[in-house]
Amino acid sequence: MSRFTKFARLAALSVALVGTSAWAQSNKSLFVGIGRTATPAEIKAWDIDVRPDFKGLPAGSGSVAKGQEVWEAKCASCHGVFGESTEVFTPIAGGTTKQDIETGRVANLARQDFPQRTTLMKVATVSTLWDYINRAMPWTNPKTLTVEEVYATVAFILNLGDIVDDDFVLSDKNIADVQKRMPNRNGMTQNHGLWDLKDKPDVVGTLCMRDCPTEMRITSFLPESARDAHGNLMDQHRPIGPARAIDTSPKTTPVGPASAAPSTTVVAAASATTAAPAPAPKAGLDVAGLAKKSNCLVCHLPAAKAVGPSWADIAAKYKGDKSAVSLLAGKIKNGGAGNWGAVPMPPHPGLKDNELTALAQWVLDGAK
Amino acid sequence: MPEVNKSGRLIKAPEHFLAKEDIKSPELMRRKFLTASVSTAAASMAALGLGSRSSASFASVGAGDPNILNLPAHTTGLGLPVAANGYGMPSQYEQGLQRRESPGLTRVSAASVAFTPLQGTFGIITPSGLHFERHHQGWWDIDPSKHRFMVNGLVKNPKVYTMDDLMRLPSVSRIHFIECGANTAMEWGNVAVPTVQYTHGMVSCSEFTGVPLSVILEDCGIDMKQARYILAEGADGSSMTRTIPLDRALDDTLVVYGMNGEMLRPENGYPLRLVVPGIQGVSWVKWLRRIEVGDEKWATKDEAIHYIDLMPDGMHRQYTGIQEAKSVITTPSGGQTLLDKGFYNISGLAWSGRGSVKRVDVSADGGRNWRTARLEGPILPKAFTRFNIDWVWDGSPAILQSRVQDDTGYVQPKINELRAVRGTRSIYHQNAIQSWRVSDTGEVSNVQIY
Repeated sequence: MSRFTKFARLAALSVALVGTSAWAQSNKSLFVGIGRTATPAEIKAWDIDVRPDFKGLPAGSGSVAKGQEVWEAKCASCHGVFGESTEVFTPIAGGTTKQDIETGRVANLARQDFPQRTTLMKVATVSTLWDYINRAMPWTNPKTLTVEEVYATVAFILNLGDIVDDDFVLSDKNIADVQKRMPNRNGMTQNHGLWDLKDKPDVVGTLCMRDCPTEMRITSFLPESARDAHGNLMDQHRPIGPARAIDTSPKTTPVGPASAAPSTTVVAAASATTAAPAPAPKAGLDVAGLAKKSNCLVCHLPAAKAVGPSWADIAAKYKGDKSAVSLLAGKIKNGGAGNWGAVPMPPHPGLKDNELTALAQWVLDGAK
Repeated sequence: MPEVNKSGRLIKAPEHFLAKEDIKSPELMRRKFLTASVSTAAASMAALGLGSRSSASFASVGAGDPNILNLPAHTTGLGLPVAANGYGMPSQYEQGLQRRESPGLTRVSAASVAFTPLQGTFGIITPSGLHFERHHQGWWDIDPSKHRFMVNGLVKNPKVYTMDDLMRLPSVSRIHFIECGANTAMEWGNVAVPTVQYTHGMVSCSEFTGVPLSVILEDCGIDMKQARYILAEGADGSSMTRTIPLDRALDDTLVVYGMNGEMLRPENGYPLRLVVPGIQGVSWVKWLRRIEVGDEKWATKDEAIHYIDLMPDGMHRQYTGIQEAKSVITTPSGGQTLLDKGFYNISGLAWSGRGSVKRVDVSADGGRNWRTARLEGPILPKAFTRFNIDWVWDGSPAILQSRVQDDTGYVQPKINELRAVRGTRSIYHQNAIQSWRVSDTGEVSNVQIY
């Protein structure tokens, strides 16, 4: 087995380097003093995975009704009341039928014209829902749901897809029965060449060199209207080399990094008398960039309510309030809940005071 | 032929652009030239602050290039002291090359992608600051003194390691590419994005330093009788989890802390990530906190809801991990304009998740005729290989393509060959031959050709 060869090689190397035969004792790991045995409590804290055979699933239960409560408080703001929203993530529910629950194949997946694939259309294993909601949801506060809340949320999602009834209580005892009703449980194949290196690839090209069969027909190109969809390409390349990026800025106002031209005239070099040249002039605080970096935009949209209130709503609420800047700066730093709904705003302890003030002022000024 | 700034070289007089049949009619040629150049070139030059040269460039350069004749400040003054930048940064003139998002691709930037600007990188190593980013629930800069790594499951001795522990173990350094399974996904149905940054920029290549996972599993006393798979898990909010077959885990999989001579960057998993050579990036779990050894696959969210490949019959392929051989020409590439007719070094990247690059062929006529490119060393398994080939552009329209063959004999397919089997909705594992059209104006654009 190659593993042992490799291990032996490494071991030999280490022994040779150190030159102590004590390290080569049998029945003991070579790496004396490296790592320690994990405690049962440590393993319990981290070993949270749940497999399709339900190994790892904690005992417990949760009802569809309870799930609806959890959903509306902690999930609906991103996923929509019925798991249908496409605002923030792809939809959770929709696109499955009673027929699919019978066959275990979601018929809409074979339709080329079906617009969106929902979670329930794709997922074959109910364990996946339990495991993922438990480990990663809610989006801004993962791993804060109780075992009952996770069962309940899974039950609610299953109910959205008519997989379980309104009065259903999902538990570790009946989850295997629910698995037998998953609409796409027969929709996965592992018969392909992309898992094991020994497997055969399914599509292989040819090494033709001369007069190769080609239709020489351009089947697709970027429409003129999409030329500037990725901003000005000229700003995304270097100003020297065998080619230049094309200018896709609005033609009326051609803009570009004038300082990026490879011309001597713009090089700001130190004069002989200035021993310590100033670093490049620092632009003022980029508040919009800071807001993005601080993940504000995950929950706040310009005009519409998302997870949190819109920038416009916040600005309107505090219009004319002279204490609003320090009030909001404090809320950004420490987080809070109850002003705009049940979903708490997470704290941002890493932001500096001037950044907090700038963000608060930026929000009050309309978040431009 | 567009006129663009060619700093440091003499600009040819217009008659040199004339085709034989046009020589009698310089006026016609001038009109042709202006029509072709006015839209792209004039704006380009204005943007570069070089508009003043637009008319003068056709005249004789007189005594010579002012950049030579007039000694610049950097030749006649004192430069900057050492350690002016404690951690060096790229030149101010390189600001254009940044990781960028593709507008509209994702709805939330904490679960999104920033693409590597492949149009501007050289050789086979991606600068760490330009390594593509893909996060599922935002990124963190984790205190390495508090980071812990656990191994549990089918092992005799489940263990906890500190970073100190891991960095005391025998280390190896390996150069490997990492490619997101969804790289080039936007192009399954049609051309969607303008440049190689957005078509292929979810791939990077680095030298990684760390410990072979086999060494750590051995140290924990892996139960070789029962073990079939491992689960890798991250320490971030998403606690990303992925199933990896045991033979891969024991082969070339690494637990790494180093990248390109320094520690991993936070966006790439500082202080610890998994490296699974040849396998799609999602398995290279960042902020790695745990490996569990097991006997069944886990069907985690990113192997049961995402990272599954939809086939035309409505079935999803599950556990598709291998990144098949792929190549792309990075110079010239989409969104660029060639300076003028004449010599070019066509340059690009090739890689294979099954092994080493054996050969790359390049076509300038849309795949009808091919020439074999030079492979620049080193040629390493599951790593970028740089290829180059000479090309003289005669000013007529061309379609540039590259095609890689790896050392298993696998040949990169055409887009229509892939679609015939996998349809257009698979999202993942799009490794088709890329076509760049060069128009008679020198503008290079992204096209698909059958």
